[in-house]
Amino acid sequence: MSLKLKALTKSLWVFHLCVGGSCNNCDIEILDLLTPRYDVERFGIMLVGSIRHADMLLVTGSLTYKAAARAKRLYEQMPKPGIVVAVGSCALGRGIFKDGYNTPCPLDELIPVDVYIPGCPPKPEAMIAGIVKLVEKFRGGK
Amino acid sequence: MMILFNYLVFPGFLFSGVVGLIASWIDRKVTARVQWRVGPPWYQNFVDFLKLMGKEVTLPRGDKATFLFAPFLGLISITLVATIIGKLFINPAESFIGDLIVVLYLLIIPAIAIILGASASSNPLASIGVSREMKLVLAYELPFILAIATVIIKASTTIKLGEIVTYQLNNGAILGSVSGLIAFIVAILCMQAKLGLVPFDASEAEQEIMAGVFIEYSGFLLAIFKLMKSMLLYVMPLFLISLFWAANISIYSLLGKYVLLLVIVILVKNTSPRLRIDQALKFFWGPITALAVIAVVLALLGK
Repeated sequence: MSLKLKALTKSLWVFHLCVGGSCNNCDIEILDLLTPRYDVERFGIMLVGSIRHADMLLVTGSLTYKAAARAKRLYEQMPKPGIVVAVGSCALGRGIFKDGYNTPCPLDELIPVDVYIPGCPPKPEAMIAGIVKLVEKFRGGK
Repeated sequence: MMILFNYLVFPGFLFSGVVGLIASWIDRKVTARVQWRVGPPWYQNFVDFLKLMGKEVTLPRGDKATFLFAPFLGLISITLVATIIGKLFINPAESFIGDLIVVLYLLIIPAIAIILGASASSNPLASIGVSREMKLVLAYELPFILAIATVIIKASTTIKLGEIVTYQLNNGAILGSVSGLIAFIVAILCMQAKLGLVPFDASEAEQEIMAGVFIEYSGFLLAIFKLMKSMLLYVMPLFLISLFWAANISIYSLLGKYVLLLVIVILVKNTSPRLRIDQALKFFWGPITALAVIAVVLALLGK
């Protein structure tokens, strides 16, 4: 694994994006990861305020018409190499809003998703397991 | 050639870069511990720097030349200050007349580099950060210079850093006197603002204006800005020690005093809310300038 990717796995800066229709429960569970009980900062993961500083786009909520253009633009603004993580069943495939009037398509038809973390909402342990699987995938062969 | 070695390796760019990144790690670790967390490992800041070097750089719609140049302007000037202060402690007799004024001017340049770079990015959120940064610089420079005027008066009116240090080696630390102690407290608060730490970090407010001044920076330009901020964290407490507390400049005593100042700054950072920019302005031009003026008057009276 090249030095660039090795440094990337040890220092992931996360930008949290909530697209449109979401009950915010996944957002609360993501916030739990930064509290003393799980403390992901010891792995180098940090929450950043600007998309230009981010390596990882953490998407929650089911995609809506209004948010679609903005989500695509945010993905293009993230400096590559970048990772997209879809958290919660709404981000995976619109969840219970599958037949809603304002949800055009699942997220991965708009931007390429690397890690899917299912659950409604997923427990913080599940999110950490997802990040570990991502790091293993990097070490395995990319 | 010795000058090039001093500027690039020790005590210049390489040495102050490494020590600055470790000082930033001490900041993150103490912050984590105060919040009952574990915190990152010691090499975290170095890994962050490496990772940022490998990311793509995006240039905004504004003036690209200024956008590219601003981080390097800040880095060059802070390296110069680190070299001057480092050589001061190695051999106080080698400083030149007026180097205190040179250091004061050079220490404003990192703030100007941030203002230039953020303005060149032509982002409205960055322009809010720029206006706040400009107001903050106006606010804290006045009591800072008054506190340094106290030091100049007490060290028998000299503007040579080497003579200030040797005066303290012979006559005891300037912060031993009443005026010196008041000026030291004023200088610590001004240092907190210059380092851009809570309660005075309104220009880079993360939750409010989405990283403010640095919003458009990515890749190695952001790495240079973060390195500049870390080197500022290394240089500023050392500068304050050389002005106020240089009664004993052996390496252990310097290390102990530096770590103590760093911990004071970090603890103030962790226990304070963020001040609004008008509150910060009123704070610095009101009570703090009054304290600094009292310190100058006491120094003139000989206390």
